[in-house]
Amino acid sequence: MTKGTSGETLALTKRTLLQTSAAAVLSAPFVNRAWADTIELNILGWYGTAESDMVGAFEEANNVKFVPKYYAGGDNMLAALAQNPPGTFDIIHTDAEYAKLLIANELVMELNPDDYPMDDLLHEDFTKFAGHWDEDGNLFSLISRFGHLGVSYNKDALSEKEASSYNSFWMPKVKGKVGHFDWHLPSLGQMSLLTGNANPFDIDDDAWEAVQEKTMSLKPQVGGYFDFGGTFAGLKNGEMLAMCGIGDWVTGILERDGAPVSSVVPEEGGIQWTESYSIVKTSKKKDMALKYLAYTMSPEGQVKTAQMLGYPGHCVTGAGRALLQKEDEAEAKRSGQIKGHKNEPIALIDDGRISYRDIPVQQDLEDWNDFWSEYKNA
Amino acid sequence: MAASVIRRLNAYALTFRLPIIIWQAIFFIGPLFFMIAMSFFLVKNYRMVEAFEFKNWDKMLSRNYVWDSYWYTLGLAALSSAVASLVAFPAAFALAYRSSESVRRWAIFLLIIPFFTSYLVRTFSWYVILAESGVINAGLGYIGLGPYTMLNTMFGTIIGYMTLTLPLVVILQTVSLASVDRSLIQASQNLGCPPWRTIFAVILPAAKTGLIVAALFAFILSFGDFVAPYYLGGSKPPTLPILIIDTTKAGQQWPRAAVVAVIMMVTLFVVAFTAIMLAYRKRGSK
Repeated sequence: MTKGTSGETLALTKRTLLQTSAAAVLSAPFVNRAWADTIELNILGWYGTAESDMVGAFEEANNVKFVPKYYAGGDNMLAALAQNPPGTFDIIHTDAEYAKLLIANELVMELNPDDYPMDDLLHEDFTKFAGHWDEDGNLFSLISRFGHLGVSYNKDALSEKEASSYNSFWMPKVKGKVGHFDWHLPSLGQMSLLTGNANPFDIDDDAWEAVQEKTMSLKPQVGGYFDFGGTFAGLKNGEMLAMCGIGDWVTGILERDGAPVSSVVPEEGGIQWTESYSIVKTSKKKDMALKYLAYTMSPEGQVKTAQMLGYPGHCVTGAGRALLQKEDEAEAKRSGQIKGHKNEPIALIDDGRISYRDIPVQQDLEDWNDFWSEYKNA
Repeated sequence: MAASVIRRLNAYALTFRLPIIIWQAIFFIGPLFFMIAMSFFLVKNYRMVEAFEFKNWDKMLSRNYVWDSYWYTLGLAALSSAVASLVAFPAAFALAYRSSESVRRWAIFLLIIPFFTSYLVRTFSWYVILAESGVINAGLGYIGLGPYTMLNTMFGTIIGYMTLTLPLVVILQTVSLASVDRSLIQASQNLGCPPWRTIFAVILPAAKTGLIVAALFAFILSFGDFVAPYYLGGSKPPTLPILIIDTTKAGQQWPRAAVVAVIMMVTLFVVAFTAIMLAYRKRGSK
């Protein structure tokens, strides 16, 4: 015999036990059906893309559950694809330079551009963004957000004016305090811009030689090479006063927390990362995946991509940006997503100060990586 | 009759030996062979293709940075092993000879506790202590010293290695020292040996096996550790485990990473074999 909270005595007799068990057994199919109705969408993406701040509203509205597999760096994304059986993932969230590899390897399905507000994209380049379309002009990967890489710096150590050139990395006051995000593409791309290459990833061998020489000269200034966690910690605790290869996607999070850090696109130009969504060809939930892609391009979806807690990015549609300005003016101002702002990202592209990140065109990727390893060991 | 007893005994012994043999075959020997085979594979269009080519070996063995990383990692692991052994010895000595049974038991329990938490978490907690704005520099600041840069240096890496290895080395050394025959120590004292000579002439040789095994564990753990040199050493310069990660990050070069891994395995086999030989070598044997 047990006593209920109300004070009445509950008797656990054989009859009540049988009744309860029967009720549980009979209701099981309904419970099962309720569970079965929830569609699981497996997404392979950068950290934060399937967290509740990003997908929660869509999950609730469509009885969907996102199951994320996070990666850092496009190569790890390709590794995850290669190591899992076909059909494991439904949606892939990646960068343009890797999206084109997905398309080349026929891993993702064709999308219909008419399903998305392509005429509302903030920049003409975005409408036929390189890497998202195949050579025949068919869309395979849907642009969702972008951001710029430049000089990230501690505001107590460097002024914005000082940080407005990659040469600030060589300043005596940041000796031993310059950090690298440990990925060769953005850092070497920035060195390529500094050495005067308008297209930093499409350079001939002489220019590549100059990039290597310039990069090597930075070595005495370098305090370390860091992944996500190390980059955040290094900037936050002041161990690193300037960072190469990152931008607002890191400092934006720290800035929101009140850390004295910021990022600027320097006079030599910045590098743009451009993220997109693709649907895996072998997915069995293409309809729901398509619905999610449409959601990411809706004004609400765009606001969520801009505010994403994992790391911030810029809206790609006019309607998305307008809603962001209305709902979160502070974030719109902080990230320069307001017309006339000195760091307005679209104006930076129009001014020719932004290069789109790519994989090396005239050298093998492994040449760049080899040099990166040599540089780290120097 | 005798043969059947032996057969039965063998079956009995096999029952206990088989699980570990199967375990090692599935989770060590098998993957090891696969890793060796993978080092001959090729990567085409970011995908591994089965092949038997020496390109990866040629490429990796001809690169100076691979050898730089190799010697740096080897030196760092040897340094870690030496530092852990030296730092642990006084503590182990005190626990073995100067502490009561209950204090020793509690100390060993407390030394095991750090393993209850993630090594990564323990490593990141050093940020608060070692940073220029951290606890140590704040303390030194009161007496007009510093700030000193400790993170992203070799010192930081060694601190990380100690976080990983020191508790284990203290435990192994304590057990080893506590097992030394006390009558030998008493005999040396009765014969007028000063304390330092008792340690060097009696205790160390008698506890040699355990001490070498403890140092070997420190070496193995440090040699293969990715976390400390990356997060506390700032990957500056990178060790072999970091080089493995770097290699896989660029163009899916898992076969080249396998080359580095095989080099590491061979090195560890050689070091472990030599250490075990030294540990069990009888005095005066050649």
